[in-house]
Amino acid sequence: MRTLKFLLEKEFRQIFRDPSIIRIIFIMPVIQLMILPWAADYEIKDIKLSVIDFDHSPYSQKLVNKITSSGYFKLMDYSKSYQSALNQVENDQADLLLEIPESFEKNLVKENESKVFMALNAINGVKANLGGSYLNSIIRDFNNEIRLEWVQPKRLNEQPTIEITSSNWFNPLLNYKYFMVPGILVILLTMIGSNLTAINIVREKEIGTIEQINVTPIKKHHFLLGKLIPFWLLGMLVLTLGLGISWLVYGIIPLGSYFTIYIFAAVYLLCVLGLGLLISTYAGTQQQAMLISFFLMMVFILLGGLYTSIDSMPHWAQVITKFNPVAYFIDVMRMVVLKGSSIRDISYHFGIMILFALFFNSWAIWNYRKTS
Amino acid sequence: MKQFFSFVKKEFYHIWRDRRTMFILLGMPIVQIVIFGFALTNEVKNSKIAVLDNAKDETSISLIDEINASKYFEVAKNLHSYHDIEKAFQSGTIKMAVVFPDRFSEDLHHLNHAQIQLIADASDPNLANILTNYASSIIRDYQKKLNPNIHTPFTITTEMRMLYNPQLKGAYNFVPGVMAMVLLLVCTMMTAITIVKEKETGTMEIMLVSPMKPLMVIVAKAIPYLLLSIINIISILCLSVFVLEVPINGSIVLLVAESILFILVCLSLGLLISSAADSQQTAMFISLVALFLPTVMLSGFMFPVENMPVPLRIVSNIVPAKWYYSIVKSVMIKGLGITAIWKETLILLGMMFFLITLAIKKFKVRLA
Repeated sequence: MRTLKFLLEKEFRQIFRDPSIIRIIFIMPVIQLMILPWAADYEIKDIKLSVIDFDHSPYSQKLVNKITSSGYFKLMDYSKSYQSALNQVENDQADLLLEIPESFEKNLVKENESKVFMALNAINGVKANLGGSYLNSIIRDFNNEIRLEWVQPKRLNEQPTIEITSSNWFNPLLNYKYFMVPGILVILLTMIGSNLTAINIVREKEIGTIEQINVTPIKKHHFLLGKLIPFWLLGMLVLTLGLGISWLVYGIIPLGSYFTIYIFAAVYLLCVLGLGLLISTYAGTQQQAMLISFFLMMVFILLGGLYTSIDSMPHWAQVITKFNPVAYFIDVMRMVVLKGSSIRDISYHFGIMILFALFFNSWAIWNYRKTS
Repeated sequence: MKQFFSFVKKEFYHIWRDRRTMFILLGMPIVQIVIFGFALTNEVKNSKIAVLDNAKDETSISLIDEINASKYFEVAKNLHSYHDIEKAFQSGTIKMAVVFPDRFSEDLHHLNHAQIQLIADASDPNLANILTNYASSIIRDYQKKLNPNIHTPFTITTEMRMLYNPQLKGAYNFVPGVMAMVLLLVCTMMTAITIVKEKETGTMEIMLVSPMKPLMVIVAKAIPYLLLSIINIISILCLSVFVLEVPINGSIVLLVAESILFILVCLSLGLLISSAADSQQTAMFISLVALFLPTVMLSGFMFPVENMPVPLRIVSNIVPAKWYYSIVKSVMIKGLGITAIWKETLILLGMMFFLITLAIKKFKVRLA
């Protein structure tokens, strides 16, 4: 116990004497949480629209007005031909082009049927998908309005119709930031946790001070605990800071309890720090440590469901996410913050996380060699 | 010249002997491409949903089958009361709930009017939107099938074409982004770190007293990373063409030339960082915070730049990767020529000259 106390004292002194670490710990969360959610805005709005109107009729005019007043689309220009509109798309001046053919109105009234044509820049699939379905539903509304002008609605429906009502739970305003901020907090904690520990030990290896520790009677687990505890405390501090920022700046107050978040984060940090320790026992230089942790983080974060839904991944990738601690924590954060899940709801995640923490830490202790 | 080559050779040995690092440097792009290309699809499929079927009649059951059969949905849970819905969402797995009222079929066939409620988990707003849309169109199709003979008057049909990427593959968006990311990582971060490492271990001093010009010492350090990056570009392009089936629609020569231009920008950035940082840790964090994050965030490949608030949009203009990303997209996917990208090319050229002059000016011949 006494050894541990001295080790802790040493670590804390080292941390607090290094201004760059302090800066990282306090500046990183602020920068990330202040800027990332604004950048990571997948909300699809202001889709740039180029209209090719060959009809020039009141109806085509009305349709375009209806589209632009919906708020999702920004009318960039009226193009003269399909080719010139396509050029707009090539130069990224337009995302979507809508072609209203000649005699659009005439066909609609006389032949009961009319056609419009749209083409979307689909390099970004989500945007194309959403843009297309928005436009479709606007056109459908427009169609209904036109129909009402010509056909008197019957009191009773003539044919069986299914009315669809839809509601959005947990985030009725569809605020994308509510979705991203909890996830970004996880990323923050992960990066700080694993990177700092991994580099810290390897640094001692590189400068050679680890030799001095190796020749003392300090036990392996004492040494690793001495590294673990300070960074664990720092991690909790960063979490508190992050939760504070998300409350002050984004007004996000978890529906569930802070207690649930903290208790899960406590175990999660142990897991990430253990991973950092593990990396450091394998790496010989800081460069290696950084690259390995960077590489793992990248895989973990990308497969963590922060940006894309895990459900839509192929099966093999879904299997990988079962072994990805980041995915569990992102899931838990979103559940607790947005849906108010309780400890009982996340007990499965919690159990898995304890297993991960035990696994990484014991592997790290097992692999740490006092002999060089 | 011979001196210079012996310096370059020394750098190659450095890289070659650290097998772990080299392995990661060459393997990283491959793993990234595979993950981005296959795992990160923007397509929505197999979303788990819950069904609360109060009617349990012929129509509701066949409609549920219809929904379940589509590739977008997978019915994961059958609920028994309205109260269960919230619980089902809270325990995590489902993304949407479909609620049928009791006497669904009766309402539909006798009153000609029945209701279905779709409740989406809007913690992810986009997914909620897409799922509601898909479910609605499945229900509408089903309704059409119920009464095939009725032709609604005054119908506008829409014909939609997805340009460049008809299957909506995520890879089309990600491959150009991954190229920018990998190049930045390899060129900027690795050059910055290796130079600072020589400072830290003290070997820089030895090199600076050699008869080589100090600037040449640094250039010799950059050359191996240039070559490494070119190998990476080639492997990324091969993978994307042969494995992901993302075609190179424009000229390969132009694409490679533009990539080399971007590599030069990255290398000069690395040199600049190395002259500002004293320890590897600082160099690492400068490259991470000042370069990597902005690249991922502001280059437009993860998040659309046009959605960002104005200050971020302005800042995004000084991120080199943004211009490179746009170049690669134009050349590789849209198949355009130099006439479409001369502006971006000029900007990158300007950045390169600016950064190189700055790096040379800042480079200190003396250590203390």
